[in-house]
Amino acid sequence: MPEIKVTPLGAGQDVGRSCILVSIAGKNVMLDCGMHMGYNDDRRFPDFSYITQNGRLTDFLDCVIISHFHLDHCGALPYFSEMVGYDGPIYMTHPTKAICPILLEDYRKITVDKKGETNFFTSQMIKDCMKKVVAVHLHQTVQVDEELEIKAYYAGHVLGAAMFQIKVGCESVAYTGDYNMTPDRHLGAAWIDKCRPDLLITESTYATTIRDSKRCRERDFLKKVHETVERGGKVLIPVFALGRAQELCILLETFWERMNLKAPIYFSTGLTEKANHYYKLFITWTNQKIRKTFVQRNMFEFKHIKAFDRAFADNPGPMVVFATPGMLHAGQSLQIFRKWAGNEKNMVIMPGYCVQGTVGHKILSGQRKLEMEGRQILEVKMQVEYMSFSAHADAKGIMQLIRQAEPRNVLLVHGEAKKMEFLKQKIEQEFHVNCYMPANGETTTIFTNPSIPVDISLGLLKRETAIGLLPDAKKPKLMHGTLIMKDNSFRLVSPEQALKELGLAEHQLRFTCRVHIQDPRKEHETVLRVYNHLKGQVFPFFFYPPRNGLELIILR
Amino acid sequence: MRSSLSFETEQFVLRKLHRSEELGFWYCLSGHPTLPCNVLKFKSTTIMLDCGLDMTSTLNFLPMPLVQSPRLSKLPGWVLKDGSTFLDKELKECSGHVFVDSVPEFCLPETELLDLSTVDVILISNYHCMMALPYITEYTGFTGTVYATEPTVQIGRLLMEELVNSIERVPKAQSASMWKNKEVQRLLPAPLKDAVEVSMWRKCYTMPEVNAALSKIQLVGYSQKIELFGAVQVTPLSSGYALGSSNWIIQSHYEKVSYVSGSSLLTTHPQPMDQASLKNSDVLILTGLTQIPTANPDGMVGEFCSNLAMTVRNGGNVLVPCYPSGVIYDLLECLYQYIDSAGLSNVPFYFISPVANSSLEFSQIFAEWLCHNKQTKVYLPEPPFPHAELIQTNKLKHYPSIHGDFSNDFKQPCVVFTGHPSLRFGDVVHFMELWGKSSLNTVIFTEPDFSYLDALAPYQPLAMKCVYCPIDTRLNFIQVSKLLKEVQPLHVVCPEQYTQPPPTQSHRTDLMIDCQPPPMSYRRAEVLTLPYKRRYEKIEIMPELADSLVPLEIKPGISLATVSAVLHTKDNKHVLQLPPKPPQPPASKKRKRVSDDVPECKPLKPLLSGSIPVDQFVQTLEKHGFSDVKVEDTAKGHIVLLQEAETLIQIEEDSTHIICDNDEPLRVKLRDLVLKFLQKF
Repeated sequence: MPEIKVTPLGAGQDVGRSCILVSIAGKNVMLDCGMHMGYNDDRRFPDFSYITQNGRLTDFLDCVIISHFHLDHCGALPYFSEMVGYDGPIYMTHPTKAICPILLEDYRKITVDKKGETNFFTSQMIKDCMKKVVAVHLHQTVQVDEELEIKAYYAGHVLGAAMFQIKVGCESVAYTGDYNMTPDRHLGAAWIDKCRPDLLITESTYATTIRDSKRCRERDFLKKVHETVERGGKVLIPVFALGRAQELCILLETFWERMNLKAPIYFSTGLTEKANHYYKLFITWTNQKIRKTFVQRNMFEFKHIKAFDRAFADNPGPMVVFATPGMLHAGQSLQIFRKWAGNEKNMVIMPGYCVQGTVGHKILSGQRKLEMEGRQILEVKMQVEYMSFSAHADAKGIMQLIRQAEPRNVLLVHGEAKKMEFLKQKIEQEFHVNCYMPANGETTTIFTNPSIPVDISLGLLKRETAIGLLPDAKKPKLMHGTLIMKDNSFRLVSPEQALKELGLAEHQLRFTCRVHIQDPRKEHETVLRVYNHLKGQVFPFFFYPPRNGLELIILR
Repeated sequence: MRSSLSFETEQFVLRKLHRSEELGFWYCLSGHPTLPCNVLKFKSTTIMLDCGLDMTSTLNFLPMPLVQSPRLSKLPGWVLKDGSTFLDKELKECSGHVFVDSVPEFCLPETELLDLSTVDVILISNYHCMMALPYITEYTGFTGTVYATEPTVQIGRLLMEELVNSIERVPKAQSASMWKNKEVQRLLPAPLKDAVEVSMWRKCYTMPEVNAALSKIQLVGYSQKIELFGAVQVTPLSSGYALGSSNWIIQSHYEKVSYVSGSSLLTTHPQPMDQASLKNSDVLILTGLTQIPTANPDGMVGEFCSNLAMTVRNGGNVLVPCYPSGVIYDLLECLYQYIDSAGLSNVPFYFISPVANSSLEFSQIFAEWLCHNKQTKVYLPEPPFPHAELIQTNKLKHYPSIHGDFSNDFKQPCVVFTGHPSLRFGDVVHFMELWGKSSLNTVIFTEPDFSYLDALAPYQPLAMKCVYCPIDTRLNFIQVSKLLKEVQPLHVVCPEQYTQPPPTQSHRTDLMIDCQPPPMSYRRAEVLTLPYKRRYEKIEIMPELADSLVPLEIKPGISLATVSAVLHTKDNKHVLQLPPKPPQPPASKKRKRVSDDVPECKPLKPLLSGSIPVDQFVQTLEKHGFSDVKVEDTAKGHIVLLQEAETLIQIEEDSTHIICDNDEPLRVKLRDLVLKFLQKF
């Protein structure tokens, strides 16, 4: 029986290092190629030796698909393609293709230049890797080879994020990447058509969360920032350069404008200007409202938000700083955090998910004494706030997507095992489909039962449907035909045509039987009566009405 | 052999019913080969391809000046040969030409050839080919969907906005109609006398109608497969001509119709043309070829630049009548590279259109629809078109109209890009009146849609220089023949204009489509039957049914299986399922309603094939207890007699006839024995 096999190399009952292998109808596809923020050793990249021990990856994989530019979905790509070695096609959307190399370069700089690691991928490798990338349009059907086709759908989440449908014949898998089912200030909501895949692989970051309305969260966020600034405190908002940052910038920019606030807002990295430029050039990927008004007013030109200089951190008085990276695990956000952590007037707002092992995760789980490099203990007195602005679907959103796509099976990745367990039950209850949640390295096998497409001669089909049309069009009809199997083609034709095509003659089998009827009527009338009687009874026998009043012939 | 009359009639009706299903029909609603509007009936769907608006009709009208023009208002009324003056309010004479003094009108696509409310979908290939859309979607009872790419819709909206704006802001009280009377029209001089379908000419639509029309559009991307009613799949492909321009594939599992409209193989700003996907077409429809097959676009751009530079150097102004999008992007890019080397750095360039700003902004956000070089720029990230820099450095300025800021900033000598290329409305009319009297100035025609001599006619006599540099990047005939060799369609269908040399160059037999078999041609208001016939359809056999089939190898490599199954048809998709098991007698006493799922069972009547070997047949009979079998030879075969049973079996090569009276068990037994020797289908 045909089957689909799925093995997560990363993101199996975990968040980070997304990398999922799918085998479908003899084709092997790798979904995402991410790094793990929580590790600094070998575990940060997926274990590609699982795919093949000594063969070339290119021979084994038909294509690689990257869902969006976050490093936990593309961070291992140069390592995979240039250091392990893969020369096949890599698919991603245009914005992802544009932004991904910049984040990779950033990541490389932090790892090699700041932490001094060797044996890491180089700038040239990033460039060479990107040369293997094929950009795809939304909804474009990309023919990877004659049988394998992929199609991208809008996923929200970040600029250029996409869900992908992978299809071979009538078997298909849909992979969501990260997605968001509610539109936000700069992006639209994810959408997929009723594609009825055999398997839907969905992220499940917020598997158990039902988030309150966006408006409330925004009001809450603005209130907290405003209060802190009013009492002269400093607000640190660790973000990734692209994505949430733009949404929160739009939010603060409009608030500052409306309230006529004077406290400075800074954006920490040199990326800002550039990042905003990407948003301007790829404005067709943002939400309806921004797209409609961009000629009059481009939402990504900020008046109140200025570039940050390291020296500003020591300036007295209130300020708001957006700093990268978003999980406080390295770089500028961590530096500023260390400077400001001791003052209870200050506040750090974590607007997104933090992976285990990061400083962000530690302070969110309530830890107030942190051991930093060199055994130094950092006491956290500043207020720590968590506000989920990361654009993942919540439990409601995930259910909504399943309802949209109508999959036959669901498989959960990119989430925590406990939460997955809860969601899995909910999905199985509500949709009566099997739901799987394999751990990393564990293979899930799904049996599919595809129907067989054949060519039916139009004559046969029309004869059947036309007869069906007469009394009652909707009612299913029993039909008879002959299936001709020749080479690899299947054709269903009428038995007559099959005989003709094969050069066979029809053999007629007839029966004749004499019936004696005693009837006082005239011979002609009798025959007619018998005819009329039979006509009502033995349809669909073909029989001929009496002529000359002499004989009645019934043929079967 | 006798046959039943009623049976034949049924077959005949069915045949007729199939015929329209199996064939494709092509309705031509517009005679203009570059502004097409056609309808394809394909597999029970009705698809309109493009909605082009023929605007050449406006050349018969007087220009609409923004500022009162003494010259135009003093033009004499036209007087008939017999001296009657009843038309002098409607028709004016200028330098020997007669013009209608009225709001300009457009020649609409045919609306009577078929009921346009039955159109299921409209496919748009580029923004120039959708200008008639409001007339179709708002006036014909159309209830379907329109499909187009995002750049096509956005830029198409700008073109419509500009058109409506330039006509509406010059209110004209008069609407001439007397001249349209057939009896009157006969008396008029050419070209008015020969104008076609003047009764169908219509005034411009309004913005609410434009918005209503555009709201019916659904956005699509290149290579997106769109299912129509499960019966037909349509796919837009990059055509290389303009931002978002597309060719369309219309196909089922077995037939493929390619619609090529406005394509280009030149490297300008749009994504290159996708040729490979046009392969294996049964029918390739070819429209929107270059209107100036003898002009080389690159040469024309060179001439454009040098004429522009010469005029400005001599202290004159340059007027470029143009559309607000398209070739203007390429011209600005050329000028960007050219102005410094030509010493034109201090000459102001003005782009005047109600949609100038939007057009320049929109051009920068369609990275995915651009050629490779421009895409690479966006990845940096930099704006793909250099006009962003021209605007930043103040070399190019754009204004919504000549009123307002422009009149303060205006410096001469200068270069002005403005519409409309017909010279009948828009800001261009003002500049023609302003600059026409001086031979220092030049008007350079780059758009190929209008004859420049006709466009200039109401401005004669004219002192200003006129240069004709039409830039038409669409396919020429050499490229077409290369394309056809490459994609090898079985049949080519095209407008009749492409099957003969241009009327003005009748010796140029190279300026027509040359292919084998020769193309089928069509003209306005004609219907073609497309040269293919559908024979097969896709059907799916459910796995359970597939498992139950018993294939029989009839000849080496060929197997047959008899299929008796239930046919389900939903959304034009056909599925075969296992027939349900015979219904169980109801367990409860309640009478159950007969389920709708149980099909009406028609007894299987298999076809038989093969012949019966008499000797073996007799042996079998004997084995089954018939002891008195007698065999007689006949001319065509044998007669087997069962004497005691009073039964006669005639066996011939292709038939068996059992004559047996009143003994059903015997008949069944004999039938089964006969069937053992035959194959069933």
